[in-house]
Amino acid sequence: MASERRIDLYACCFRAPLLIWQSLFFVVPLGFMFIMSFWLVKNYRMTPAFAFDNWAKMLFWEVMWRSYGYTLGLAALTTAVASALAFPAAYVLAFRFSDAARRWAIFLLIIPFFTSYLVRVYAWQVVLAGNGVLSAFLGWFGMEPVSVLNSPVATVVGYMTLSFPLVLLLQTISLAAIDKSLIEAAHNLGCGNFRTVFAVLIPAARVGLIVAALFCFILSFGDFVSPYYLGGSSPPTLSIMIVDSTKSGQQWPRAAVIAVIMIMTLISIAFAAVTLAYRRRG
Amino acid sequence: MNHKSLVKPSRRDLLKYGAATAAVSLSMPYVGRAWASTVELNMLAWYGHGEPDVVAEFEQANNVKFKPKYYAGGDNMLALIAQSPAGTYDVILSDAEFVQQLNEAGYIDELNAADYPFDDFLFDEWKQFPGHWRDGKLYSVMVRCGHLGISYNTTSVSAEEASSYKCFWKPEVKGKVGHFDWHLPNLGQISLYNGNASPFDISNDAWEKTKETTMSLRSQVGGFFDYGGTFNGLKNGEMQVMAGIGDWITGVLERDGATVASVVPKEGGIQFTESWSIGKGTQHADVAKKFIQYMMSPEGQVHSARMAAYPGFAVTKAGRKLLNEKDPKEAQRTGQVDGAANDPITLIKDGRIKYRQVPAQQSLEVWNDFWSEYKGA
Repeated sequence: MASERRIDLYACCFRAPLLIWQSLFFVVPLGFMFIMSFWLVKNYRMTPAFAFDNWAKMLFWEVMWRSYGYTLGLAALTTAVASALAFPAAYVLAFRFSDAARRWAIFLLIIPFFTSYLVRVYAWQVVLAGNGVLSAFLGWFGMEPVSVLNSPVATVVGYMTLSFPLVLLLQTISLAAIDKSLIEAAHNLGCGNFRTVFAVLIPAARVGLIVAALFCFILSFGDFVSPYYLGGSSPPTLSIMIVDSTKSGQQWPRAAVIAVIMIMTLISIAFAAVTLAYRRRG
Repeated sequence: MNHKSLVKPSRRDLLKYGAATAAVSLSMPYVGRAWASTVELNMLAWYGHGEPDVVAEFEQANNVKFKPKYYAGGDNMLALIAQSPAGTYDVILSDAEFVQQLNEAGYIDELNAADYPFDDFLFDEWKQFPGHWRDGKLYSVMVRCGHLGISYNTTSVSAEEASSYKCFWKPEVKGKVGHFDWHLPNLGQISLYNGNASPFDISNDAWEKTKETTMSLRSQVGGFFDYGGTFNGLKNGEMQVMAGIGDWITGVLERDGATVASVVPKEGGIQFTESWSIGKGTQHADVAKKFIQYMMSPEGQVHSARMAAYPGFAVTKAGRKLLNEKDPKEAQRTGQVDGAANDPITLIKDGRIKYRQVPAQQSLEVWNDFWSEYKGA
């Protein structure tokens, strides 16, 4: 018994920092935000109350749900595009590169994180503007200039800038961890390359692939920078609606309602994704 | 002095440098005392008003150091004050339409009109600017203003086209019309386009029509921008026409040689007005008053008119006169020349300019909610 108690104390010591951290910086602020969503704003001052006005306003406001659908759709599209584009690259890095070359590639994938995301987004403005780099490039082939800036496409480009290196990194790590003898066995049993990917590699790396996609979705769903500076806020995403609510009329409680809805959405999707990742076959 | 003397100083060197060190050390308390007496003045203002190009001279002459806190929009300003203890801000620059709310909430002190050059205002009506006086008492002094109309790229929109808000609906600029992301100036302009003589004091029927007209513009719109985004959009040509702004943004771009301009169209334009107040509870009321007096002086008016962040109009005769002497090019560019065709005072006298105000017959929230609806449409 004494030994078991010692083990418990030992475990608690290691668990404590995580629990304290999560409580202080996640649970408490989340709880406060939820409480604030019931407050009222009078003369630009928040007044503690227990009123459902903000929830009623936001839940029955068509603008809010249109923005919700747009944000969800754009994040889902980015997740699908990023996952699909990253997979062939991750495959090559995991199976065709030597260990040393893969280490270099992973190092290069981390480099974008050295520079500010905002700076990278501003750089995209120069590329995507009507008189920018992209149009100049198309001009060399005799094509008309195009302006991608201030469009949903530009927003997705921004989201990809944020999440693509991470997706590629996570996919590479999960593919590289697959036991190579499984691939050899598949080939010995007559699987072609294509079938090996779908019947062996993807199921074997399922957890990593889903986690990569989940991170991409979470980052895109909550991002403010790309839809604002590349998408021109037209139409606004939920994160832009949060900023608009706090700027105009100081409606922090309404912003809290949007934030709670966003968090509930992300928690549901994360839960579903993890369930899918660890679901047993058959 | 050679290297040897530095490495191995003589007794004379020691005495010489020792005396110098002692002199410097002895003078330090005076330096310290002078530094300590520097007054730190907390300023709440739009970006630019606390920058060196505006306040450096005053700071040097009065041993003052400004600590500016910048806001974007009247709502934001009111919230910052509401969330701070009384006396946090010594001087407050406010959009004129929000002075009344500052006053009602008790955030600003009464001023003595005799302290400021009211007789020198370029336009008589400004002496009694709406909301600045209450029960015969003064609470704020108008320091500068500017006009909002149509801002456009001169290579794609002609001056004739830009003479009416109708150009926003021009098929050639589809997707190239931008909005400064604040409902008041934009909806005020559409209200003017609909023929409302008082664009912010409109009946519910007129409001519905304003909403309808605004919605009809949505398919033309390429984006909604803050100051930086508006600036970039016009500079890189992504936006050919902008609503809700004026020379306060295109003036900065014009200085850099960009092919943009702002005009007050035939339906009329909107005036933004900025005014200084003294925060209630300030510990430095005298210095705050001195600062407002400086900003109303000819020198202060010139600094304000030429402000690097965004230009504005001088509001006193002496200020305009000095601007014409010091920077005739800028005075001409902005029409601040007596008798000029685009003289802002002439435009006001001709009834083509309306003061930006908070909505009179609808709540601010109603306008704001519609703006969100419009953005999301």
